[in-house]
Amino acid sequence: MARLTMVQAINQALSQEMARDERVVLLGEDVGRDGGVFRVSEGLLERFGAERVIDTPLSESGIVGAAIGMAAYGLRPVAEIQFMGFIYAALDQLYTHAARLRTRSRGRFTCPLVVRAPYGAGIKAPEMHEESSEALLCHLPGIKVVVPSGPYSAKGLLLAAIRDPDPVVFLEPTRLYRMLREEVPEGDYTIPLGVARIVQPGRDVTVVAWGSMLERVLKTETPHSVELIDPQTLTPFDWDTLLASVRKTGRLVIVHEAVKSGGLGAEIAATVAEEAILQLRAPVLRVTAPDVVLPLPKLIDSYLPTTGKIRTAIDDVMRY
Amino acid sequence: MPDEICATFSVHRLSILAPDGTVDEALMPPLSEGDVRRLYELMVLARTFDQRAVALQREGRLGTYPPSLGQEAAQVGSAFALQPDDWLFPSFREMGVQLTVGYPIHQILQYWAGDERGQQAPPSLNIFPICISVGTHIPHAVGAALAARYRHDPLAVAVWFGDGATSKGDFHEGFNMAGVFRLPLVFICQNNQWAISVPLSGQTAAATLAQKALAYGFEGVQVDGNDVFAVYRATRDALLKARSGGGPTFIECLTYRVADHTTSDDAGRYRSADEVAAWSALDPLLRLERYMERCGFWNEAYASETRQKALADIDAAIVTMEAVGAPDPDDMFVHALSLPGQRQAGQRKGV
Repeated sequence: MARLTMVQAINQALSQEMARDERVVLLGEDVGRDGGVFRVSEGLLERFGAERVIDTPLSESGIVGAAIGMAAYGLRPVAEIQFMGFIYAALDQLYTHAARLRTRSRGRFTCPLVVRAPYGAGIKAPEMHEESSEALLCHLPGIKVVVPSGPYSAKGLLLAAIRDPDPVVFLEPTRLYRMLREEVPEGDYTIPLGVARIVQPGRDVTVVAWGSMLERVLKTETPHSVELIDPQTLTPFDWDTLLASVRKTGRLVIVHEAVKSGGLGAEIAATVAEEAILQLRAPVLRVTAPDVVLPLPKLIDSYLPTTGKIRTAIDDVMRY
Repeated sequence: MPDEICATFSVHRLSILAPDGTVDEALMPPLSEGDVRRLYELMVLARTFDQRAVALQREGRLGTYPPSLGQEAAQVGSAFALQPDDWLFPSFREMGVQLTVGYPIHQILQYWAGDERGQQAPPSLNIFPICISVGTHIPHAVGAALAARYRHDPLAVAVWFGDGATSKGDFHEGFNMAGVFRLPLVFICQNNQWAISVPLSGQTAAATLAQKALAYGFEGVQVDGNDVFAVYRATRDALLKARSGGGPTFIECLTYRVADHTTSDDAGRYRSADEVAAWSALDPLLRLERYMERCGFWNEAYASETRQKALADIDAAIVTMEAVGAPDPDDMFVHALSLPGQRQAGQRKGV
């Protein structure tokens, strides 16, 4: 089995799905001739032609809006927003239309599109290129939000996302794009949306993390037995898996690279308080970025959760 | 260096039917007497629907409603040019478009009465739910046109919006993409002069809206929007061009919102009665009646019969709409996603 980077795994997923399903088309800025600024779509223009790999004008709202029209027409568009920091211009389309089309047309029209966006910090990129605003998207019913944490899950989740009948925002952690290699099957496989993965079982404390933070938790050295959960799909969230784990361990640490206030960690902590507070042996702790605007690369190490901060949080809930 | 002119442009305005009912025969599109009667009957239906809807709102039987009085030619004339397979993306004031293509009347009423089930288009119509958020549906039409071309479907896409929408980013992003990709698209602006309280002069410094298309590399034409023959001809020509690979067209219909923005608005706060009276004199139905009378197929008896028929159809639709009853609370969940998530499934049980 080939050991692929996440970029290679996503490229393979796109290529195989386009070969399998003629409804799948790509559109976005520089996705064709340039193969995407991260080379995720490299070679696809040559293989599938300009009708299916569409270099668009610089037009985030137009790209997502056009993808909505294509999806309603019966295609399976995969739109790329070049960086998550540029998705804000398209939030109107996602919020006002993609999320609501099924409801507003009472199922007459659906919106099976995927919006891919490189996401997250730690690649020494300029301003607005390292955002992690997944909570904005998770607040909206009608959209699914998926974050892979490695090459294997990236391929399986992306294939599931393209085949999903609902709009999916697929956030690709840029820090992991070429950092990890994993064995990725050449053949077709999907990882179902809405199902979390228990990365490692443990007894003492549940840690939930996604995207590039999962890799950071795995690098954290701790004497305690950690049950590590990768939600994979942030909405709809797999509460059953998380709650079962918390009921077993009695302790929960949430790690995300987005800011603390109003982050997805708050929703997770509130749900655990509602559903499993009597099984808790310690307060739920969050390891997150501080509530400040994302700094430029010189300060990014002070901004992002570190293995030290994660270890301290685990120690704190164990000591409680 | 010598001065160089690198682009010049002109914008044409198409008028065929004068306010006195005479037509420019050289420009008149090929329409049979039956076609003209049908246009007239649809315009009467649109106006009668509008009057009944405003009355129903006053009686508390509809929610807030945006009247379309005065825009019947611009709506019916454009929609009449469509083929059955074409895709339509209407804005919220396009009841005349919906009625022309046969959208069920009781569903239009049902929507404005606050029941989302009114937006479920019949399978035979490729018509999107009306767009409330101004101009944001323009990129959807672009996407549908891209998809139609990819599929080699021999159809066109039409999208309606008002003058206010031409200030929105999605108007420009959609127009730009339509030009770049040379899509089978017809953009139809109902330039009714007012976006709630902001007049056209507060919306743009340009001499016309039509010229905005030229900046995106395709044709823009202005038509007398109260002239049903001009609107029909411009739309028919643009659709033919779109279907034959000639790219998009922008049609600016010069018309007027005679009534308030919605039943919650009072236009008397921001515009003069004289202005409204001047435009009312250019009424699109009146001039069509004058034309038909000149041709010898309009009289008071026919007009009365047409109005009665429209009223009967609408009253029957009101009965149907009010017999449907309120949706079940579970209806909120039915189409939220293809399958409810774990949390929604739990919430659904608790409703």
